[in-house]
Amino acid sequence: MGMATAESYVLAIGTKKGLWLATSPDRRDWSLSGPHFLMSEVPSIGIDTRDGRTRILVGVRSEHWGPTVFHSDDLGETWNEPEEGAIRFPEGTDAALERVWQIHPDAESRPGVVWAGCEPISVWKSTDGGEHFELNRGLWDHPHRAEWGAGYGGAAAHSIVVDHTGEKVHVAMSTGGVYRSLDGGSSWEPRNKGISAYFMPDPNPEFGQCVHKIAADAAVDGRLYAQNHHGVYRSDDDAESWESIAEGLPADFGFVMLTHPRRAGTAWVVPLKADGERIPPEGKLAVHRTDDAGASWKRLDDGLPGAEFNSVLRDAACVDAAEPAGVYFGTRGGTVYASADEGEHFAEVASHLPDVLCVRAAAVTPAFASGSAGPGAAVSA
Amino acid sequence: MVLPSVLQPLAGGQSFLTAPADTAVTVEGVLDVVTGEYPALSRRLRDETGAIRRYVNIYVNGNEIRRLQGLATEVSPGQEVLIIQSVAGG
Repeated sequence: MGMATAESYVLAIGTKKGLWLATSPDRRDWSLSGPHFLMSEVPSIGIDTRDGRTRILVGVRSEHWGPTVFHSDDLGETWNEPEEGAIRFPEGTDAALERVWQIHPDAESRPGVVWAGCEPISVWKSTDGGEHFELNRGLWDHPHRAEWGAGYGGAAAHSIVVDHTGEKVHVAMSTGGVYRSLDGGSSWEPRNKGISAYFMPDPNPEFGQCVHKIAADAAVDGRLYAQNHHGVYRSDDDAESWESIAEGLPADFGFVMLTHPRRAGTAWVVPLKADGERIPPEGKLAVHRTDDAGASWKRLDDGLPGAEFNSVLRDAACVDAAEPAGVYFGTRGGTVYASADEGEHFAEVASHLPDVLCVRAAAVTPAFASGSAGPGAAVSA
Repeated sequence: MVLPSVLQPLAGGQSFLTAPADTAVTVEGVLDVVTGEYPALSRRLRDETGAIRRYVNIYVNGNEIRRLQGLATEVSPGQEVLIIQSVAGG
């Protein structure tokens, strides 16, 4: 395989029926390969570019053969699976892994640390680059656990946000809400004040909210954003309290919440009309960006279709770390869009794929080797 | 034990795994022995609690073991255990 020396970009697309990889020298012209893991759903992807290596981690789940985690250190040419499984509920928990919802490589300063959020609702931490994970006992043994529920898509610990110290960790789960640890994950407290759970008898419970995604502001310590099951919120105090920032959006329902890799106050959402009408408002798909922490929103739809009735799921959107930041998302109709300019212009990367469940993008060196799907295509997952 | 083709790469390419037995053993015992060397194969058939995955069907003497005694179903020496994925999904 020919290796170029220039940097290039990889966009990994996890779908209901396999993984596709797109590569580009410039984030404008993309070539697609795949499927890998055909007929298995890929609900989570983590691209770990720390330590001079690019490792793609994927959560894979076969309806027949169950869930597992694969990783590739050669950009999809070959896939490895720890024999005993990267994520296994320990004896005594009487639980079995159902799905890996989130794979989150930690900060540059903590190479090797990778977090995972799973179903049944649980958080896991690896210190060996995602080859073996350990169950977070503080959250697993939390007295609220019996009361956490499953949203329509399944019970998910889907967002894991770790601060620069590694001590402050926020986890969001559907349903359960936001939980915070100030001791690196040893103990956890719900932090949902101000977030409505209109579907419960008490609409302002301590926990039980159906938060769909949270993300941290890149540059303002303590600031978080949340897309809720109706409701878009910001917290400026480490989730002690939340206030609505939905004004100016065409709808407050949706699944996506993205923040800029470096710039304060910038976040993206993809509004859907409502709980009972999960389509883009008026059938017109658009991304909305704020550059002032939610005080105002700008509609971004250049390059997007005039009519689109498919929704965008919580992890089916991502940003890269380039300058300007790239924004990527995929629909349940199997179309994937990319923007190399923070959402000002979008172009189609792929279409007619199975339902897109997750996307992740990163700059990689050396350049991605072009070619057809690697052995992952033949691996029975 | 007869494996479907999709699982054979996880058993070193074999389609057929055998467990030595002089007397009747349980399906659980057969699985423990034949998948002992192939933990990735084992995880495809049973989750970490030991339960057979929902859409994995195991047949002894032509009968699906959920209709017999489940993992406690007895297998006689020389008898075949068939692993077949159920018709599921869309």
